[in-house]
Amino acid sequence: MYRYIVKRVLLVIPTLLGAAMLVFVLMRMIPGDVCVIRLGGGGARFDARAVAACHAQLGLDQPVWRQFLHFVWGFCHLDFGTSMWSGKPVAYEIGTRLPISVEIALMAAVVAILISVPLGTISALKQNTWIDLIVRTLAIAGTATPSFWLGILTILAVLDLSQAFTGTPWMPPIDYVPLWQDPLRNLSVVILPAITVGYRYAAVSMRMTRSTMIEVMREDYIRTARAKGLLRRIIINRHALKNALLPVVTLLGIEFAFLIGGLVVTEQVFNLNGIGRLFVLAVQNQDYTLTQALVMLVVVVFVLTNLVVDLLYAWLDPRIRFA
Amino acid sequence: MRKALLAAGLGSVVAVSGAMPTSAAEVPKPGGTLTYMIPADAPPSFDGHRETTFATVHSVAPFYSVLIRLNPENPADTTDFVCDLCTEMPTPTDDGKTYTFKIRDGVKFHDGSPLTAADVAASWNEIIHPSEGVSSARESFYAMVDTVTAPDPATVVFHLKFATTAFIPALADPFSFVYEKRILDKDPHWYEKNVMGSGPFKFADYELGQSIKGVRDPDYYRKGLPYLDGFVAIYAPKQAVRVDAIRADRAQMEFRGLPPSARDQLVKELGDKITVQESDWNCGNLITPNSKRKPFDDVRVRKALLLAIDQWHGAPALAKIANLHTVGGIVFPGSPLAATKPELEKLAGYWPDIDKSRAEAKRLLHEAGADGLRFELLNRNVDQPYKFVATWIIDEWSKIGVHATQKVVPTGPWFDAMRSGNFDVVVEANCNGVVNPLMDTQKYLPRSVFTENYGGYEDPAEVGIYNKMLHETDAAKQRALMREYETYVIDTKAYEYPMLWWWRIIPARSYVKGWKISASHYVNQDLATIWLDK
Amino acid sequence: MSFSAQFRPPSPVIAEAEPALEHSPLRRAIGFCRRQPLGTFGMAIVLMIAVAGLGAEWIAPYSPTANDFGAMTEAPGWAHLFGTDQLGRDIFSRIIYGARTALVVGFSSALVGGAAGLVLGVASAYFGGAIDLIVQRVLDVMMAFPLIIMALAIVAIFGTGVHNVIVAITIPLIPRCARVVRASALPLREIPYVDAARACGFGHSRIILRHMVPNVMGPFLIMLTAFVGQAILAEASLSYLGLGVQEPTPAWGLMLQGGAEEYASTAPWIAVFPGLAIMLTVFGFNLFGDALRDALDPKLRDR
Repeated sequence: MYRYIVKRVLLVIPTLLGAAMLVFVLMRMIPGDVCVIRLGGGGARFDARAVAACHAQLGLDQPVWRQFLHFVWGFCHLDFGTSMWSGKPVAYEIGTRLPISVEIALMAAVVAILISVPLGTISALKQNTWIDLIVRTLAIAGTATPSFWLGILTILAVLDLSQAFTGTPWMPPIDYVPLWQDPLRNLSVVILPAITVGYRYAAVSMRMTRSTMIEVMREDYIRTARAKGLLRRIIINRHALKNALLPVVTLLGIEFAFLIGGLVVTEQVFNLNGIGRLFVLAVQNQDYTLTQALVMLVVVVFVLTNLVVDLLYAWLDPRIRFA
Repeated sequence: MRKALLAAGLGSVVAVSGAMPTSAAEVPKPGGTLTYMIPADAPPSFDGHRETTFATVHSVAPFYSVLIRLNPENPADTTDFVCDLCTEMPTPTDDGKTYTFKIRDGVKFHDGSPLTAADVAASWNEIIHPSEGVSSARESFYAMVDTVTAPDPATVVFHLKFATTAFIPALADPFSFVYEKRILDKDPHWYEKNVMGSGPFKFADYELGQSIKGVRDPDYYRKGLPYLDGFVAIYAPKQAVRVDAIRADRAQMEFRGLPPSARDQLVKELGDKITVQESDWNCGNLITPNSKRKPFDDVRVRKALLLAIDQWHGAPALAKIANLHTVGGIVFPGSPLAATKPELEKLAGYWPDIDKSRAEAKRLLHEAGADGLRFELLNRNVDQPYKFVATWIIDEWSKIGVHATQKVVPTGPWFDAMRSGNFDVVVEANCNGVVNPLMDTQKYLPRSVFTENYGGYEDPAEVGIYNKMLHETDAAKQRALMREYETYVIDTKAYEYPMLWWWRIIPARSYVKGWKISASHYVNQDLATIWLDK
Repeated sequence: MSFSAQFRPPSPVIAEAEPALEHSPLRRAIGFCRRQPLGTFGMAIVLMIAVAGLGAEWIAPYSPTANDFGAMTEAPGWAHLFGTDQLGRDIFSRIIYGARTALVVGFSSALVGGAAGLVLGVASAYFGGAIDLIVQRVLDVMMAFPLIIMALAIVAIFGTGVHNVIVAITIPLIPRCARVVRASALPLREIPYVDAARACGFGHSRIILRHMVPNVMGPFLIMLTAFVGQAILAEASLSYLGLGVQEPTPAWGLMLQGGAEEYASTAPWIAVFPGLAIMLTVFGFNLFGDALRDALDPKLRDR
C-alpha cells in the first residue's frame, strides 16, 4: 500500500513539470508581447523607446532558459513573481479574485448536489416512466446548452420580468462585495452565475447518479435485502445510495476541477472579477508570469484532486492496491 | 427627439437628444455620488505619462490637474483651449518659440504641499525628456520642445526649437498630469501604483479589477467645484453588462462610447430618463496595404482597392449598427484644417459616382494585371467597429471582382504582424486625444520618420510636404499645404487611406448633468462640473 | 466543459467473428427504434442536421454572407423565416450553413481526437511498463491544462479560422479518449488468445489492430458521439470569446457573439435561434449516444 502511495505521489512531479514547460513555451510562441499591447492597445500612439524600456524593466530581454529557471525556482519557493501587466505581485492579483470564483464554484456545487441526487435517484427508481423521461431530458438538455447562452437569456429574462411585474428593471449589482460585508448584496451577485454553472454541473451528475443507482439496485445484496423484507426506503438510504454515490462523488470531485473552464465563460457573461476572467486577460495581455502562475494553480488543483481520488479508490479496492 | 445630422466636412456634429447638459437657467445642486463604468478590465498602471489607454484616464483623471486643456464648457470646439493650472493662455514670444505660463496661486496637492511651477516643470520634463528607465508614451509629440524651465515658483517657460501651431494642442494632452516634484525626484516610478494629485477629487479606494473611488476635495482651487461628493468607477468590459446596468440604474453612464443598438435600446426602454450625446470621434480606421508585397507595391492596385469602396452610401447604413458616421479625409472632420465635401469629392475613394469609381478600379486592376485578386485582410479581434468595417469593405471589394478573406487575430499578434510586415492588407486604427491635425496626420508618414507606420513605403517628397506644413504659421497657407499632403497620400499614391470616422455615442441617465461630449474619450474626464439633478 | 463525464464504459464484450443470424439488420434497427424512442429522436435530429449541412446550397433561401443594409434586424416573417441580423443577413440561411461548419468542426475534432486517443490508449495498455507510464504522464499534463487557455494560446499563435479551431478542440479530446480506451483495453491484455497470438509470433501492430481495437470499438464509438456534441459546444464557447471561426463564415457559436448580446433586448431572435440550434444538435447527439450505449451494453440489454 505504501509503495503505491509513494509511487502515485511521485508521479505528480513530472506532470507539474510538464505543465510548466508547456505553458512557458506556449506563451512565448505567441507573437507580440505585453509591452507592445500595453502601449499600443488603444490604437493610440506610442514611442518605440518606451517599448524597449518596458522590456528591460520586465526582464524580457533575458535569455529564455534563464527565464524558465527563474519561473520554476520561484514556483518551488512559492514565489510567483509580479504580473507583467500591472506590476503587482501575482499572489495579490490572484488572491483578490479567487474569493468570488470559489464562491460561485461552491454554490454551483451545492445547487448541483441538491438538484441532481434526489432527481437522479427518483429517475433510477422509476426507470422508464414519464418521470424518468423528463429527468433524463432535462439532464441531457443541461449538458447540451451552452452555458453563456443560458447566462445571457437569464439576465435578459430577469430584467424583462422585473420590468413587467414591478415597472423598474432589476439586475444584480455589478460590483462584488465579500459575503461577510453585505451578505444580501453578495448573494444577489453570485446567485445567477451559480445557477447557470450549477445547472450544467447538476445535469452531468444527474445522469451519473441515475446510472449508478440502476446498477446498484440490480446487485445481489439489494435483492437479498428486498427478500429479507426490508422497507424500500431503508434499502435505498442505507444500502443503495451509499454505494451508488461513490462514483458520483468521484465525478463531482473531478468535475469541480473542470469548473474553471466553465467559469471563464460565465465570468465574461456576468462581468465578474474572478479567476476565469483573469485567465483570459492574462493570455490576451501576454502577461507571462500571471498566466504561468494561473495555469500552475489549475494544474495543481487538478492533479491533487486526481491524487486524492486515486488514493481513495486504492484504499477501497484491494485489487489495485496490490497491482 | 433626434436632431437632423449634418453632412460630412461641414464641421463636426454634436447631437443631443433628451435634456441638455446644463442650460443657463439651471442651478447645479451639490452632493451625490456618480457611479460610472469603465469599459476595461483594469488600467495597466496609474501613470498617465506612461500609458496610452483610456482606462488610465477614466480611472485617475479626477485626481489630477493639468496645465492647459480643452474648455470643459465647450469641449467640442477643437480650438478652444483654456487654463487649468495657469492663469491665462499666453501669446508666444520670440517669433513663436517661447511660451511663458503663469501658475495659479493657492493650489495644493492632496497631501497638503503647495503646487508650484517647479512641480509643473518637473512633470513636463518627465514627459518630454524622461529619465533613465522611465517611459513616456508621447515623447515624440514634443519633438519641437527644446527646454522646460521654472525660473520662479509661479512661472513655467517652454522654449521651442521652431514655431508651430501643433504645440498648444499637444500641450493640452489629457494624460499630462502634474505630479509632485518631491515624489518624482525620490522615485519616478511611484506614480505607477499610487495617486497623489491636485485635482477636484481625492483618492479614496481601489479594488483591483473592481472599482476605483474618489471623494470630493474641499480645498480644490476652483471654489464651488466639484459639485459631486464623490464618484465610483466600476470596471465593466462587457458591453451588454454596461447597457443593462444603465437600464437598471446600477450605474449612470460610461465615458467611452456605446454602439447605436445600445442607444436605441436604452431610448426605447427609458424614454426621457435617458439623455444621449453624440459627436464625431477623433478616431478612425485605416486600410493599409503592404507596399512591400506584390501586387500592393503597384499604386494602381492600391488605388483600385480604394476606388471600389462606396463610403458615401456605406456611412449612413453603417451608422445604424456601428460607431461610424462621417466620411472624411485624413483630418478630423470638425477641424478647420479638414477638407470640405467638394474638396473630398475630388479624391479617389470619395467620387460621388460609385459606378464610375468602380469602373476605374477594374480598369486599373486590369492594367496592373491583377484581375481576380485574392488576398487576406488582417484585422484586430475587436467588434466595434473593426469587424464591421472589414465585413463591409470585403463586400465592397467583391463588387470589383476582388476576393478578400478576413483573418482576425488578437491584439498582440496583430501588432506583431504589422511591425514585421507580415500581412497583405491590414485594418488599422488611428486614435488620438486632443484634435491636433498636424500631429494626428503623422500616421501617414513613412516608417523612417514615424515609427508606427506599417505601410512599408519610403517617400521623401511626402515628408517634404509635411515638414513645410508643420513649420507654416499662416493659417491659409497651412490649410493649402494640408490639402496637398492629403491629396498626395490618398489620391496620388494611395499608400493608406482613412475609412469612415468613428462616432461617439454617450447615453446617460438624465439626472446627470454638467458633462459635455467632445471628440476624444480621453478629454474632459475630471468630473468637476458634473452634478446630479435629484 | 467535461468530456469524460458523459461516458461510463460498459464491461468489455468480446466481439464475435460473425454477427448472429437470427435477426436481419432491418428488424434489429426497428427493434432499436421501438425500445429506444429517445435514441431514435436523437438520430432523427442528427440526420436533419446532416441534411442541412450537406444540402445547404439547395435548402438555404439566401446567401449566408450577403449583407442587406436595407433589412437590418428584421423580425422573423415570411421574407426571413428567422429574421435578419444586424448586417441584414438572413438568420435561417446562416443557421443552415452553420450546420455545415458545426458538423465539420464537430466531426473533424471528434474523429481526429478519437483516432489519436484510440491509438495511444490501446498502445499504452498493450505495451505497459515504461511506455505506459510516460504516455500516461503526457496525457495527464494535457488533461490538466485548461482547455480555454490552450485554445487561447493556439489561436493567439496560429490565428483564428476553422483549422486552428479544430486543432484547439482536438487536443483536449485526445487524453480523455485515451484514458477511457486504455481502461477498456487493460483487461484485454490478459486474455488467453492474446497470449496465444504472441506465441504464434504475431507482431505487435497486428495484435493491436486486429484483436484489441475491435474490442474497444463499442465504447469508443459511443464516446465519439458524445465528443461530437462536446466539440460543437466547445466551438461555440471559443467563438463567444472571439477565438473561433471568424466573420463572415456562418457558425452558430459566432452568431451568438457580439451582435447577439448587443441586440438581445431589441432583436432577441438573433440570439435565440443559434443557441437553440446548438442545443438541439448536441441534444440529438447525446440522446443517440446514450441509446447506443444502452443498446450495446449486454447487462442493460436483457430487462
